[in-house]
Amino acid sequence: MVAKRFPMKLDLKKGKVEMVHGSGGRAMAQLIEEIFVKHFSNELLDQGNDQALFKVTAGRMVMSCDGHVISPLFFPGGDIGSLSVHGTVNDVAMSGAKPLYLSAGFIIEEGYPLADLNRIVESMAVAAKKAGVMVVTGDTKVVERGKGDGVFITTTGVGVVPEGVFISGDKAQDGDAILVSGTMGDHGVAIMSSREGLEFETEILSDSAALNGLITQMVEAVPDIHCLRDPTRGGLATTLNEIAQQSGVGIQLIEDDVPVHEDVKAACELLGLDPMYVANEGKLICICAPQHAETLLNIMKSHAYGKNAAIVGKVVEDEHGFVQMETTFGGSRIVDWLAGEQLPRIC
Amino acid sequence: MKYIDEFRDGKLARKLSKAIAQEVDKGRTYNLMEFCGGHTHAIFRYGIQDLMPDNVKFVHGPGCPVCVLPIGRIDNAIALVEENDAILCTYGDMMRVPASGRKSLLKAKAAGADVRMVYSTQDALKLAREFPDKEVIFFAIGFETTTPPTAVAIKQAKVEGLKNFTVFCNHVLTPAAIQHILQSPEVREMGAVSIDGFFGPSHVSSVIGTEPYEFFTEEFQRPVVIAGFEPLDVMQSALMLIRQLNEGRSEVENEYTRVVTREGNLKAQALVAEVFELRREFEWRGLGMVPYSALSIKEEFAEFDAEVRFSVPKIVAYDVKGCECPSILRGVKKPTDCKLFGTICTPENPMGSCMVSSEGACAAYWSYGRFRQPDAKSGAKVIKIEKEAA
Repeated sequence: MVAKRFPMKLDLKKGKVEMVHGSGGRAMAQLIEEIFVKHFSNELLDQGNDQALFKVTAGRMVMSCDGHVISPLFFPGGDIGSLSVHGTVNDVAMSGAKPLYLSAGFIIEEGYPLADLNRIVESMAVAAKKAGVMVVTGDTKVVERGKGDGVFITTTGVGVVPEGVFISGDKAQDGDAILVSGTMGDHGVAIMSSREGLEFETEILSDSAALNGLITQMVEAVPDIHCLRDPTRGGLATTLNEIAQQSGVGIQLIEDDVPVHEDVKAACELLGLDPMYVANEGKLICICAPQHAETLLNIMKSHAYGKNAAIVGKVVEDEHGFVQMETTFGGSRIVDWLAGEQLPRIC
Repeated sequence: MKYIDEFRDGKLARKLSKAIAQEVDKGRTYNLMEFCGGHTHAIFRYGIQDLMPDNVKFVHGPGCPVCVLPIGRIDNAIALVEENDAILCTYGDMMRVPASGRKSLLKAKAAGADVRMVYSTQDALKLAREFPDKEVIFFAIGFETTTPPTAVAIKQAKVEGLKNFTVFCNHVLTPAAIQHILQSPEVREMGAVSIDGFFGPSHVSSVIGTEPYEFFTEEFQRPVVIAGFEPLDVMQSALMLIRQLNEGRSEVENEYTRVVTREGNLKAQALVAEVFELRREFEWRGLGMVPYSALSIKEEFAEFDAEVRFSVPKIVAYDVKGCECPSILRGVKKPTDCKLFGTICTPENPMGSCMVSSEGACAAYWSYGRFRQPDAKSGAKVIKIEKEAA
């Protein structure tokens, strides 16, 4: 039997990440073994090579990459670890694909507590397991104190698209129905409520979740879904503008039908924000032929991540690619792309 | 949201819309200026113009605090933070307002200046306590609503003996500006702007009360209705203004009775009077020099006055060529009359201040895109056509 490589275990209570943990030497090997491999362990990662080797299946694959730099790293309803899995799994799944493998690149700031790093990695592993994907390869870099903000995580995902599924942002057509899988703006408000200088009491949790399970059911029932997209940064408004432009169509929303949690509404009111522009991390927009709308709505509603799903509008012919909304008040307005950041009103 | 949704009720809106349609005299036009950016925002956000008869027009006034600040004062703020290695804190909207030489506080921050966005004066005080070796300057802007918190901060700094906290004071006064607009040649003689009545500010009036407006309803014979910022408030107030005009009355009426009283918030007024005094004149973007329209810090509190501590110079700066912000702020032109609007001036890359804040007329026009609604020949469906803009 080979002798134990590291006589002293990492101090996961009080220890800190040091520059040496990114140096490529024994200390890095120990960090990888005692934190990353410990939590992520699977047959591909455990091969212990610089790359993961796996067989490819026939058909079409998708690949997507997402960098995570969220602040704070731990927030109500999640943390950067789970988020970095959900974000990429969702990006892969929005093509209708079944996500299979993830890579994880860590950039860690010198002095970051090993206990917190361990928590983040554990949370990532739990999220990956729940989503049914494997973290099969990774990378660790350490930067000097002050050159990072705790931890940044970049994940890349690959997945396989089922036969006969052709979901794309350019396929929205005149007459299509627009559905959302739940309340808008939960993630953004949860983050803002815990951000320094802006703490306020709310019970809103981030909606951060992997939607591949829900999408699998939707695609099985209706392979001919036209578009799927997750309204992350920029919120529903910005994502619909992207689709309108990509597809060369107009979009008509009914404000009354867009689900928004009461607490999110109240927080947005206080901060001068518009929930239509606030980020989500566990919601999807689905655009489909009108005759499929009810079927898909019912599938969403019976799924844990789609309980508050709703039909919120329709696609119309419009060469200008405008997104318009009939307001609760009875007027109409254009819902434009998010400009700059959402800044609070001051008077 | 209870107590807010009630003021955004679509059914009530349609009822009010009918009542207004019945009340208006079809033979005339009603030009109603909303002084406050808050009203401008509500009008666009909720599509209130759609619910108004064609002959009721909203004229957007200068009541957006970041819009009326002259460029020179923003240049001052940038110099303050850059030259004194200080921490400059301010409210969010101020960060993106263009200064001279294509600069802004946001760009100064990107270039290394320590500019921070705060949500209250208390955050600024906190920074001063946290960084005793740094000068912490609060870039104070806004109308009567934001003035009392600044007064509180200055008093608190004095009690605590904070040596590194100062305020760059740019607080301005609403009644002086309204009076200035009514006295301007464009309104009085040239007839370029016709203003028949005013929506009075809601938050500002909660502090100053309704009394200060009584003078110019008499002097200038224009009705004022103090209006809340919710869309139903705006519609109800429009109806009240139209009734006054139809009956030939010119009075101060208060629609926003749930908050505003005749005398206002006396405690806040006393606080402001203790710390601030009137400036003889102050430059407003769009209005020029307006007498007794702004506040400065009293000598008693001079140690907290950034203008005193850092000898802030007077900078005369000019708008970007072609920028119509000054005329738009006076209600003389509409955003769509500006050549830069939507071409080189957009919310992503604002050339003038009106394109920055959500309360600025240009940003409201752009974000809610009414001007872009195409004409019939484009063949676009289900699109209503903006009445006032081509």
